[in-house]
Amino acid sequence: MSDAITHTGDHTHGHGHDDHHGPHIKKGILPWIGRWVFTTNHKDIGTLYLWLSFLMFFVGGAMALLIRAELFKPGLQIMNPDFFNQMTTLHGLIMVFGVIMPASVGLANWLVPMMIGAPDMALPRLNNWSFWLLPFAFTILMSTLFMKGSAPNFGWTFYAPLSTSYGPPSTDFFIFSVHLMGISSIMGALNIIVTILNMRAPGMTMMKMPIFVWTWLITAFLLLAVMPVLAGAVTMVLTDRHFGTSFFNAAGGGDPLLFQHVFWFFGHPEVYILIMPAFGIISEIIPTFSRKALFGRSFMIYAIAAIAILSLIVWAHHMFTTGITLSAELFFMYATMLIAVPTGVKVFNWVSTMFQGAMTFETPMLFAVAFVILFTIGGFSGLMLSIVPADFQYQDTYFVVAHFHYVLVPGSLFALMAAVYFWLPKWTGHMYNEALGKWHFWLSVISMNVTFFPMHFLGLAGMPRRVPDYALQFADFNAIASVGAFVFGVAQLLFLANIILTIRGGKKATTKVWEGSQGLEWTVPSPAPYHTFATPPVVK
Amino acid sequence: MSSEGSYYLPDPSHWPLIGCIALFSMAIGAANWIHGNTIGPYLLIFGLLVLFFMMFGWFRTVIHESLAGHYGDKVDTSFRWGMGWFIFSEVCFFGAFFGALFYTRWITIPSLAGTYGTQASIHTNLLLWPNFTGGWPVFHPPATKIFAGMKSVMETWGIAAINTAILLTSGATITWAHWALVKHKRKQLIFSMVLTVLLGIVFLYLQAHEYAIAYMEKGLTLGSGIYGTTFFMLTGFHGLHVTIGTIMLIIITLRCARGHFGPNNLFGFEAVSWYWHFVDVVWLGLFIFVYWL
Ligand SMILES: [Cu+2]
Repeated sequence: MSDAITHTGDHTHGHGHDDHHGPHIKKGILPWIGRWVFTTNHKDIGTLYLWLSFLMFFVGGAMALLIRAELFKPGLQIMNPDFFNQMTTLHGLIMVFGVIMPASVGLANWLVPMMIGAPDMALPRLNNWSFWLLPFAFTILMSTLFMKGSAPNFGWTFYAPLSTSYGPPSTDFFIFSVHLMGISSIMGALNIIVTILNMRAPGMTMMKMPIFVWTWLITAFLLLAVMPVLAGAVTMVLTDRHFGTSFFNAAGGGDPLLFQHVFWFFGHPEVYILIMPAFGIISEIIPTFSRKALFGRSFMIYAIAAIAILSLIVWAHHMFTTGITLSAELFFMYATMLIAVPTGVKVFNWVSTMFQGAMTFETPMLFAVAFVILFTIGGFSGLMLSIVPADFQYQDTYFVVAHFHYVLVPGSLFALMAAVYFWLPKWTGHMYNEALGKWHFWLSVISMNVTFFPMHFLGLAGMPRRVPDYALQFADFNAIASVGAFVFGVAQLLFLANIILTIRGGKKATTKVWEGSQGLEWTVPSPAPYHTFATPPVVK
Repeated sequence: MSSEGSYYLPDPSHWPLIGCIALFSMAIGAANWIHGNTIGPYLLIFGLLVLFFMMFGWFRTVIHESLAGHYGDKVDTSFRWGMGWFIFSEVCFFGAFFGALFYTRWITIPSLAGTYGTQASIHTNLLLWPNFTGGWPVFHPPATKIFAGMKSVMETWGIAAINTAILLTSGATITWAHWALVKHKRKQLIFSMVLTVLLGIVFLYLQAHEYAIAYMEKGLTLGSGIYGTTFFMLTGFHGLHVTIGTIMLIIITLRCARGHFGPNNLFGFEAVSWYWHFVDVVWLGLFIFVYWL
């Protein structure tokens, strides 16, 4: 695709300096605020999503460090068990809904229009609404920390009856904040899917679309399918709590297990919502730094679609120990294992892309390679968990914690960091500091493994998850994990510093930025002008 | 910003922020109301008013831009895809509640009654709810002291059947309106639109009447146990959507009267008619699975 682009140029702007990197606004704080609050520009909104995500990353990270501080040694150290439960709950909610998802949507905002040669998102005003709902939603969620009783303390999965009969009063505020996040996600996904389907430049056929765009097409579909189900789940919790319904109450003929079915019908596709855009990012970065085309491109697309379809029929693998029937266990076990096939195709294709490539290892590539290796570890532990009799042992232990942190931290999060390093020169017009980037990478990848790898052992040895205190034999690995976590936390300050330094200055980035870059976004100047592709490029 | 042939990009807009303030006020208003705080209902109503203000202003802007000819075919296509996917997400929302209904009827009730065919089911019944016999509707929930059950439920071939006929008819009248719009039959257009609105209103009136009977005479309430739960939540959310749909129909009727639409410029009309058909189809599901089977 990239070799045959006739770029008709950006007609509205010349190649001046920073004056074309934003709208013309008056000087002063109010016009500045107005610019960001009222903006309908996909690049502005992408930036807002990314900064919100980064802010929440430090908030959710601070909670994780509190958790690790408490678990540094056995016995209660710095907090009571109820506060510990609030921390695990909010840490999970914030990392899922406040960090990974907004960062992915932010990248989609910045990149999808540029990658398909569109002038902006299809519905720019709706785009603004999707973003600005999030700060309001998180204001409500964070305010629960200061409410009478406690903040939500039932885990991010808010199982009934913990969230119904036994939920603290703040649960209702949590429910409404999830409603706002859901509205935001649905409108954001709708916008992305419409943009991809309707705004492609002439000649940009579906099969020519960059893989990142493909992953977002599928992700948006999944969001539209399952976020409403989450809205239904929280609504049922709300009415069970206050309006006398008995969805999840056996006394009225309902069933707490129904909650788990509804929740995981959302929850399992949700994990693909968190990882799919990461797949897309990795599929852009590895070919660039291997200086080769992506191996098995069309199979990559089929694999993404297959994973999305399968993700809708595997939810009960989270419920193997709840007493569901044997036939259900067998169905959900085999369906879950089947996901390993398309996932294996993807990993194979990434490795084959690197094979005999002229590889270099700039920071984005380092993160991408780490992704391929470490995400695969998370995938394998997932395969272990899918085996019903084995899961009877692993269920609710630290093995599960290790598993999903391996797919989320060196998986989703590393991919997002890789993306930031990869496209930052295009966004800011400056190259980031490579040495600082490498420091960030090596500190992160080592400390992340120090944090999460011992959790496999803890889980296999029987340490339950979501406990503030534990038996003596788990002490050593917990201490190691806590040390790793703090190093990881500090390493992220390097990331922040690097981004700020890059925004403020640094070596000028060229249009192409990377030697092997492919795709339309590398044909517009760096920094990308405020409006790109006002006249669509022609893709041959 | 727009020129012939290029995609219309709107200027910065304050409507989304107003929409955020509206939903934020509604959210914290509702939560406070539930907790018995005086400020709750006021905040909720304030938020609702702001939401109406936002919708009025936002849609007015869109209508002005549309009438000014800013939107080409491509913007029109974006709107169509957008509405289509929005309805898809609405279908999924109802899917959650239908799923809860099917799960309850096929798995939960037999499990509690000891008839699901597993050891666990037999033990659950014997040890926890020995008096529970199952069946659907659940007239006597497992713990009748907490969830009282009901005397009887709504008949299939009473109000529900009439309402089915009303909604199906309204689906036909809005199709008539669509035909009239394309064929420039202005009088027929207005007449069929007014008819559709009236049918929507009659439906809502009958449903309110049905709820009144359920609460006053049959003891069928939200707190009746799982039957009342699924009955009121499914029909209630559907009724909410009919209410929203009827308001949209009224607005569209007024816009028809002002001559806003033509055969090539009728997205607003079609969006509302799609929505109305969606509400119609959901009702058919309700009639079959909630009232009939
Ligand atoms: Cu899962």
